[in-house]
Amino acid sequence: MLAPPLASAWAHPSLELHHCRALKSGKVTPPRSRFTVTHQILWRSSVPIGARKKTRAHVIAPGKSPCSDSAATMRQNNSITQETQEGPRLRKYAWDTNEEYLFKAMVAFSMRKVPNRETTEISHVLLCNVTQRVSFWFVVTDPSKTHTLPAVEIQSAIRMNRNRINNAFFLNDQTLEFLRIPSTLAPPTDPPVPIWIIIFGVIFCIVIVATMLLILSGIQQHRRKNEGPSEMEDTEDKCENTITVENGIPCDPLDMKGGHINDAFMTEDERLTPL
Amino acid sequence: MAISPYLGGVGLGCLIVSFLVSLYYNTILTWVLWYLLNSFQHPLPWSACPLDLNRTGLVEECWDSSAVSYFWYRQTLNITADISDSGSVQWQLLVCLAASWAVLYLCVIRGIETTGKAIYFTALFPYLVLTIFLIRGLTLPGATEGLVYLFTPDMQVLRNPRVWLDAATQIFFSLSLAFGGHIAFASYNPPRNNCERDAVAIALVNSMTSLYASIAVFSVLGFKAANDHGRCLDGNILRLINAFDLPDQSISRDDYAAVLARLNTSRPEWAAGLHLDTCRLEDFLEKSAAGTGLAFIVFAEAVLHMPGAPGWAVLFFGMLFTLGLSSMFGNMESVITPLLDLGVMPRGVPKELLTGLACLVCFVSATCFTLQSGSYWLEIFDHYAASLNLILFAFFEVVGVIYVYGMKRFCDDIAWMTGRRPGLYWQVTWKVVSPLLLLTIFVAYISLLASTPPSYKAWNPQYEQFPSRQEKPYPGWVQAICVLLSFLPALSVPAVALVQLLARRRRKQQDVQQDVGPKLQDGGVC
Repeated sequence: MLAPPLASAWAHPSLELHHCRALKSGKVTPPRSRFTVTHQILWRSSVPIGARKKTRAHVIAPGKSPCSDSAATMRQNNSITQETQEGPRLRKYAWDTNEEYLFKAMVAFSMRKVPNRETTEISHVLLCNVTQRVSFWFVVTDPSKTHTLPAVEIQSAIRMNRNRINNAFFLNDQTLEFLRIPSTLAPPTDPPVPIWIIIFGVIFCIVIVATMLLILSGIQQHRRKNEGPSEMEDTEDKCENTITVENGIPCDPLDMKGGHINDAFMTEDERLTPL
Repeated sequence: MAISPYLGGVGLGCLIVSFLVSLYYNTILTWVLWYLLNSFQHPLPWSACPLDLNRTGLVEECWDSSAVSYFWYRQTLNITADISDSGSVQWQLLVCLAASWAVLYLCVIRGIETTGKAIYFTALFPYLVLTIFLIRGLTLPGATEGLVYLFTPDMQVLRNPRVWLDAATQIFFSLSLAFGGHIAFASYNPPRNNCERDAVAIALVNSMTSLYASIAVFSVLGFKAANDHGRCLDGNILRLINAFDLPDQSISRDDYAAVLARLNTSRPEWAAGLHLDTCRLEDFLEKSAAGTGLAFIVFAEAVLHMPGAPGWAVLFFGMLFTLGLSSMFGNMESVITPLLDLGVMPRGVPKELLTGLACLVCFVSATCFTLQSGSYWLEIFDHYAASLNLILFAFFEVVGVIYVYGMKRFCDDIAWMTGRRPGLYWQVTWKVVSPLLLLTIFVAYISLLASTPPSYKAWNPQYEQFPSRQEKPYPGWVQAICVLLSFLPALSVPAVALVQLLARRRRKQQDVQQDVGPKLQDGGVC
């Protein structure tokens, strides 16, 4: 049977921390002021569909009642025997007591790094309400096992060591979610010089060099043309002189110096019919 | 001027319009260049949102919209929320603007001599890239949906006359009519050129290329829509699994519909409480945009999902750059050739200097588009500078050639050039169909512009319905600029006609005075 879902919790996978209620032998202690029912550490493993790495994606429904039994022992988890649907690419992530032990060890390790809590032992970490989706609640008790530690402390401890916990299970921040612990996102790699400036510099230099080459060759051509006509003019003068000397007939039609009216370039008034 | 001195204003108007168009067109090239330069890295900069200060989450503006939109609106344009808020000059865009004008100057430095060589590359490379994209696009999943969407006519949409008006104006501008570019290029042809064959070839190649490009683009858009649809389904499936604590991957995408139906019948209130998105493929297909949105947002995102994304991005933006460059050749030709013909510069000045000065003036004028509100100004120029004026100029050109110059003389000229007279089809269309069509489009366009108050869509992160763009009306001074842009080039036609009329009257008066004076002096040489 499907449990009633809570409305908005999973639209944006938020992470919630809850404390398990203190486990006392035989008695249910009422929630202390330091932690309330809403502060429960929930550990959940979820994997996006089609991911290469296995593990099932299971998320416990929020609002599930926290561990309320007073037994000191944890509920054992069944080994997960889900069929993979995506084919041989995915492997099953078998969750057994050894993995639980490893998890408890990682949490204890994180707590030992906190200045006051060096004496945290594995036995101080308690898991409860483990579901088939590999999601559960856990608490850390103090050495005297009388009360559980506040959520904030455990939050910050786990946050510091998130990478090592992930690597212990070969998972990442998406597949191993701690509710209410926001993951510190990796900063994007920023090269010292933005790449686009490098490419821009290359292209701009090429363009400037090519433009200079074209302009210079243009200037050279211009100079060659200027020298050319001056030579031509000398020969033309000689031509005219020889012609006038030889023939005695002036080259009137080819007179370059005088202006003549060219019929082809008459004024427009006379050429076009008036409107 | 050769047809009638009174129609010289058309040429001047074309010059002004080409100048305005080349200003904003090269700014689009600047944006393409910016994206091209940023494509040489992996991962692509528009693939992920930047982190906020805490490094615990993403920047809010990016989270609300999308990484691609954020890169376009914030990191490229750094756009302001209002057109009157100009902001500062974006230095990265200014630098890219200088580079694109430098590349353009390099290609048009000696006019047709260098342009003719550059165009071998800029005209052929896009076809190569389009073919590559076509092959790649057709092999992507979801391409068939995109193609089916492209080719199925939607009768509802076709019944809207606005669609036909848009199609007519689009084909008009796609053929670059009345820009003066065709005339400028054609003036370099030998006099006896088969211009009829050239005209038909231009029209056919243009349409075929549009069809080819749209097949490539829509297959990629279909892939993107299928991708988005799949992700939407995945999000819903994850929510279902989370809520009902089902084993992972127990619901596949195909089963989703059945499972949802079962849930709706058995426990409707829970299903409603989950706030599932409705995922329909048609919605994603219809979300395709046009213009800058298509290239820089939709296609940039589609390229992200292809394997080997930086390579595809480089190819795509390189193709856009060369396409824009070849269009700019036409624009610059229609700016520089009239200046050369008018003899603006003294004879000794080399052509390189004239083109350099023209490019410099255009570059300095175009820096206004690198302001933070530059994108809004570009939209204004795009809508108002070219459209009305070109239709008017085309109308004047057709009427001037056919009615003022004379259909008979024109047909004789063509017979001299091509060897045969133009057929009945050409004569009918020149005399009747084209002027009528142009007039209809002009009137429809003006009525459309007058009926709706001009407004624009602003990118405002403070808007309640962000990421939808906020519709804002143009302030008064901006509307005045729009009107100026629309009519100033067209005013050159009556202005030049008036000037010519006055000049001729004055010359007639002078001739009359000279005749009245001593008549006997013209004895000898005429």
